[in-house]
Amino acid sequence: MSLPNDRPIFLERAAYRRRRLKDAARILPIVTLAALLLPVWLMPDALSGAGGMIWLFALWLLVIAVSAVLHRRLSAKPARSLPPAPPAPAQIAPGGGAAPDEL
Amino acid sequence: MSFDTLVFAALVYVGLLFVVAWAADRAASRGRTRWTERPIVYTLSLSVYCTAWTFYGAVGYASRSGLEFVTIYLGPTVVLAGSWWGLRRLVRVAKMHRVTSVADLISARFGKSNPLAALITLISLVAATPYLALQLQSISLSFAAFGPGDVLPGPLDLWVAAGLSVFAILFGTRNLAADERHHGVVMAIAVEAVVKLIAFVALGVWVIWGLAGGPADVIGRIAARAADPDAAGWMLRPDRWTALIAVSAAAIVTLPRMFQVLVIEPADETPLNSAAWAFPAYLMAMSLFVLPIAVIGREMLPAEVSPDLYVLHLPLSQGANGLALLVFLGGLSSATSMVIISAIALATMISNHWLVPLYLALKRTEPGDAAPASLRSPLLISRRFAILAVIGAGAVYQAYGGGQALAAMGTVAFVGVAQLLPAMLGGLLWRGATRLGAYCGITAGSAVWLALVFLPSLGWVPDINWGGVDALAAAVLISLGLNVALFVGVSLITLPDPQERLQALSFVHAVAPEAAAVSTPPRADGAARAEALLTLARRIWGGDEALRFFRAEAERQGKSGFLPDVSAGFLSRLERRLAGAVGTATAHAMLAQVAGQRPTSMAELMAVAGEAQRAQERARRLKDDSDELARTARSLQEANDRLTALSVQKDAFLGQISHELRTPMTSVQAFSELLKLPDISVEERTRFAGIIHEEASRLTRLLDDLLDISVLESGRARLSPSVANLHDIISRAIEASSALGRGRALTIDRDQPSEHLMVLTDADRLLQVLINLIGNARKYCDVARPVLSIRAQQHRGTTQIDVMDNGAGIPPEKQDLIFEKFSRLNDPSRAGGAGLGLSISREVMTVLGGSITYLPGHEGAAFRLVLPHRPPGFGDDNAPA
Repeated sequence: MSLPNDRPIFLERAAYRRRRLKDAARILPIVTLAALLLPVWLMPDALSGAGGMIWLFALWLLVIAVSAVLHRRLSAKPARSLPPAPPAPAQIAPGGGAAPDEL
Repeated sequence: MSFDTLVFAALVYVGLLFVVAWAADRAASRGRTRWTERPIVYTLSLSVYCTAWTFYGAVGYASRSGLEFVTIYLGPTVVLAGSWWGLRRLVRVAKMHRVTSVADLISARFGKSNPLAALITLISLVAATPYLALQLQSISLSFAAFGPGDVLPGPLDLWVAAGLSVFAILFGTRNLAADERHHGVVMAIAVEAVVKLIAFVALGVWVIWGLAGGPADVIGRIAARAADPDAAGWMLRPDRWTALIAVSAAAIVTLPRMFQVLVIEPADETPLNSAAWAFPAYLMAMSLFVLPIAVIGREMLPAEVSPDLYVLHLPLSQGANGLALLVFLGGLSSATSMVIISAIALATMISNHWLVPLYLALKRTEPGDAAPASLRSPLLISRRFAILAVIGAGAVYQAYGGGQALAAMGTVAFVGVAQLLPAMLGGLLWRGATRLGAYCGITAGSAVWLALVFLPSLGWVPDINWGGVDALAAAVLISLGLNVALFVGVSLITLPDPQERLQALSFVHAVAPEAAAVSTPPRADGAARAEALLTLARRIWGGDEALRFFRAEAERQGKSGFLPDVSAGFLSRLERRLAGAVGTATAHAMLAQVAGQRPTSMAELMAVAGEAQRAQERARRLKDDSDELARTARSLQEANDRLTALSVQKDAFLGQISHELRTPMTSVQAFSELLKLPDISVEERTRFAGIIHEEASRLTRLLDDLLDISVLESGRARLSPSVANLHDIISRAIEASSALGRGRALTIDRDQPSEHLMVLTDADRLLQVLINLIGNARKYCDVARPVLSIRAQQHRGTTQIDVMDNGAGIPPEKQDLIFEKFSRLNDPSRAGGAGLGLSISREVMTVLGGSITYLPGHEGAAFRLVLPHRPPGFGDDNAPA
């Protein structure tokens, strides 16, 4: 894989943190889905009654809390040290350009 | 509680909603959208997801199937939790293209195809009609729950349906804006969301702490109920669990009403950041008390009460009439908000993709339509008609179909609209997805849904037994599997047309379409076309808004007036604005007709790619150019420094040369005066005549040099090339310069054997240069034992002669100047010449096709002469040999 030629290779701390936050926001739905599906496939009996209800609502609350933290921090104004974002919408880039939010 | 009280409360509540919607619309029309644009309002408006199916049906569902009911709310939770990843992109692209509905989005992505949009409208309508009927049914059931004794007025459903239609028409089709946003409706929905949440939570709290003995007690009862052999349906089934989560996740973006509130109504994607966690929290709050209510209701209510109505019967049976009224209003809110938004969303689709294209097709056949009428009223009428038709269809279905459990129809609709997901998702993520692929996937998936889910739910077709696998899970797997397989497979083997490829680029990379549009030169009939476009825009938006838009566009192009140039960018923006009112496909067709646009050709598409590449190329070349400029600036700076130094030198020299010319002239004058004296001896006469002669010779040499350099510089010097031995030339130069005599004794260091090189050049001219260099060394080498080294060698076809002395050399700051005319180092008195020697040498070497350079880094002064293989012009075809 070649290095991207149009963006910085290394980032300052704030921008780096923000990218990792975005990564986490992308992983969140996948992890949530796995946490919802796998236990039911593995042990439907144990989850069918009151225990299941407690498990489910605890998980639900956790997902909401994590999502709230992630989205609050993501929607906060980017730190000043961020390199200026490329003007959106992105210029047309044949052969694949990324949407601005994926940079 | 009497039936009249109930109706009165319902009417007051609905009246309140009218006021809220009216006030919000009024504020928005005055530009005050501070309230409706709040993330909290957006989040609450999403709660239109929780219909009467949730409000009444969830408890029924839970009492039959236990925890399975939450799947319907878990799917949206997963999607919203990933909103940063997916929904933001969806909203951004939809806003960019100003799509009006889910059908519009998919058809816009696949080449602005109206037939595709019409097909999606049909599927959505088929899926939604029973669902709408369910809402109307829930309202009449809830009325009935209050007064089993009272006789309901027969056509109650009809009255409810009529009231909802009035609301939807009033606030959903007030105007034909350039976007499909309805501030009033959204505000009313948000209020309803609050009412249903408060009602449900109040009921839940009352059940847990009022009827049961707190949370621990309720959990114990739930555990007991789950263990009951009667509750076999409570056992979770992984296949159903997965299938239901999948279709509910799909439905949150593909249900027309959810697409309306999620994508169309917000101004941009920012409120998603709040909704990402707040909406799942809302769903959790609505789900938290479902299981307790179901369990307590089953324990406390008689067996013949439908579990779907536990939420009403529980408070009624305990005499909590106020709570029951609140719950009734919550249920009413759930049903009405769903009906209103669904009707508006479906009516937009029906109007934009069925009625308007039909109307335009019919109008087109009419001959000689000189002054086309405004399209506004036909458009609004078609919307209103479509709203009536949608709600009417639900009412008719409820009157003649109906009868199932509330939950069933919801699931059926979910699986139906989930068939749109592959085309939507694929269209946003994969540039290779084609229209034919979308057609095949959607058609096949919908056919399977009709056969395996929809028709069996009506009881027209028996359910198929799939063995161990649940029927619904199997149907979901087969329909979506076939859908995806055909969508991908057909996309792989078909070729999209250029229009489709442009749209694919725009959707997948979230690039504004005009950036991808082909720039065409303005046409000769531009003004006439712009006027035709203005007429078209007026027909749809009305005069003022059309003029505003055209004026802004003209200003953007730097023109005054109302008629911008018909450029590709302008057309693209106009088309998208029109699409906000009539849908992408219709707007495209209209513009194509009026603007005389040809369909985009493959060659133009390639031109776009080429253009982008050229832009990159230009950027790179610009950088190169600026580097080049920096280099040029630096060399100019150097030249300027040299010129300044020379100018100073030249001024000094002018004085010098005057002096040089004047000194011999004075001598000549003085001595010739002396010669005129009568009494001078012969010896003196001879001496004086000798001095006069010598001074005259000096003058002649000086003038010769000046003439020589002017001839050389003007390029008029004639060469007489011949083959000569370099050794001979160097020997002659040494002899000649020692014959000139002046200066001190100079030891010459030669490497005689290596000097025997044959050169083809003008030997006399080369001799002149060598004499000058040797003479300089003789004059300026100021050490006790001056030594001059001469080395000759051949190097890559050229002959190099190095002449080096062991003197002080030339200081670096002067090295640049020594070849300039009239330049002379420090001590003019020792020169005895006019400072033209090296300058003449340089001109000679240039004429010979070679060069003379100062070699820095040697002990003394060192010069290198380079002679070419042959002089310029010699041996060429057109030159004399």
